[in-house]
Amino acid sequence: MFSIYITAFIVGGLICVIGQLMFDVAKLTPAHTLCILVVAGSVLDGFGLYEPLIDFAGTGATIPITSFGNALTHGALAEAEKHGLIGVLTGMFEVTSSGISAAILFGFIASFIFKPKGTV
Amino acid sequence: MDKKKYAKLEKGITPKPNLLKNCLKAFLVGGTICLIAQFIALFYMTFFDFTERTANNPTVATMIFIAMLLTGFGAYKKIGQVGGAGAAVPITGFGNAVVSAAIEHRSEGYVLGVGGNIFKLAGSVIVYGVFSAFLVALVKTILVKVGVVSW
Amino acid sequence: MVMKGLLTFPSTPSIVATGVTAGPLEKKSPFHAGFDKMYEDERCGKDTNEQGHSKMMEDACMIALSKVDKIPADADFLLTGDLVNQMTPSNFFATTVGIPYIGMFSACATSVSSLLLAALLTEAGMSKLAIAGASSQHNAIERQFRYPIEYGAQKGDTAQWTVTAAGAAAVTPFQAGVPSIERGTIGKAIDMGMTDPLHMGAAMAPAAADTLKRHLEGHGTSPSDYDLIMTGDLAKVGFSIFQELVKNQGISNMENFSDAGMEFYGNNPDFMSGASGAGCSAAVYFSEVYKKMMDKEYKKVLLIATGALLSPLSYQQGETIPCIAHAVELTMK
Repeated sequence: MFSIYITAFIVGGLICVIGQLMFDVAKLTPAHTLCILVVAGSVLDGFGLYEPLIDFAGTGATIPITSFGNALTHGALAEAEKHGLIGVLTGMFEVTSSGISAAILFGFIASFIFKPKGTV
Repeated sequence: MDKKKYAKLEKGITPKPNLLKNCLKAFLVGGTICLIAQFIALFYMTFFDFTERTANNPTVATMIFIAMLLTGFGAYKKIGQVGGAGAAVPITGFGNAVVSAAIEHRSEGYVLGVGGNIFKLAGSVIVYGVFSAFLVALVKTILVKVGVVSW
Repeated sequence: MVMKGLLTFPSTPSIVATGVTAGPLEKKSPFHAGFDKMYEDERCGKDTNEQGHSKMMEDACMIALSKVDKIPADADFLLTGDLVNQMTPSNFFATTVGIPYIGMFSACATSVSSLLLAALLTEAGMSKLAIAGASSQHNAIERQFRYPIEYGAQKGDTAQWTVTAAGAAAVTPFQAGVPSIERGTIGKAIDMGMTDPLHMGAAMAPAAADTLKRHLEGHGTSPSDYDLIMTGDLAKVGFSIFQELVKNQGISNMENFSDAGMEFYGNNPDFMSGASGAGCSAAVYFSEVYKKMMDKEYKKVLLIATGALLSPLSYQQGETIPCIAHAVELTMK
């Protein structure tokens, strides 16, 4: 039960280290790095490997952006299983809707409240 | 001096990023963010009717809410400067990208500014996520149909 | 005699007054005591960054004029610029002061290019009072060239911090007792294939080294003739590269060399490699350097402002960063 806190910390941290290596060694911009990680999450789910990682590490696997690719693919595959090829199109946002809707909602609300500050 | 020679001279003088230190900081910051999320998931599982799987949705939304506050009060850019990818890769980094773009472009109005630019940074992640999910699911569905693999 | 890009001003136009304004964060600068006005608010009390930017440049210009008891109607030319798209902050403040205006763009080298044009107009007898200047505002520039201000992107040791500052200088025909403009060198745009917009010192250093060489050779001077040779905003890393390039030119004694961007925030690691922006060189040249010349601490200085001529579009399209450096030689008689 408590081991999930340790694995979450370690797996989440390690995925971030992969991102850091892409920043510093491959000299990629944050946008390029995040896109590659998202695609990686999606491909891992295609091989059925991402769900076991979530079972092992909990939020250590669901909080990094790789889980976004996984969730999109997972939604598409679940619908495809039920409805065939058309499900690939319709099922995509089934699982990820909360992240995107929360980001849009909170982003919009923040624009009423906050102003950017050029502090160090 | 030609460009090649100059590139060599420049490389010799420019300080290299401290890879070990940067990776360690990314590990600690990223790990901590995931750990906090695990506690938030525990909260939803204990006090509300969520299972380990379904707790993920409110957890992600809560993390993005926290990212909004940290971004608005100018703290997330400091976390980003220390943590690097440790702050960018977790979903809070996605939230930071959306929120920072939204508040930055407020000066151009709510429709053209906020509405038009809110996904300026995070949009590419959605585009690549959706397109790769489509390809992967398409390939897998076809492979299942022809009987190469099973669900 | 015509020499490529070299300027001499036999009538030695004078800089009779300067005005420097800066934002709240610039209190951390060791030069802040020399700034004429510092704002508590980064937007100078205005709604947008760009309006604040414009206000800051306007105040710098008005301060310079007021020091010689002049009003905008007395001025013949306004030559200013900044880094925002189409230089709108400069354009908008030009409408309020109503001085005949040319917008100047040499990126962060605008402080010197505008000064050289003011000197040329004065030398030609067409200007009795010209205002030259440049400015930059951190928020407005960062959001245009890099990311939204609150985005948590990690900046490395080579990155520079765009200053919030404006500097203006009032140029008149020769007057005794103030620094005057003796010579100048118009830089060539130089591209050494650098592509990293978070490492602009490396892109700009070759331009600065080239302009220095052409100025010294063309005008027949040597580095030891100057009390100070100050580049614009190469910052710590860029300045080290510049020193190496200068060493390759056979100049070994660089005690009188300095860089405005490197010095602007002292050794504060929060600002990484140092300062940048059109306001950086303008603020330092027109406060610290100008004051030390007035005090006769410096008799002869060479100012080489450096600019990176990139746009967000050009680097996203994978283009390299062309750079420019303009030099001006000031003397105090």
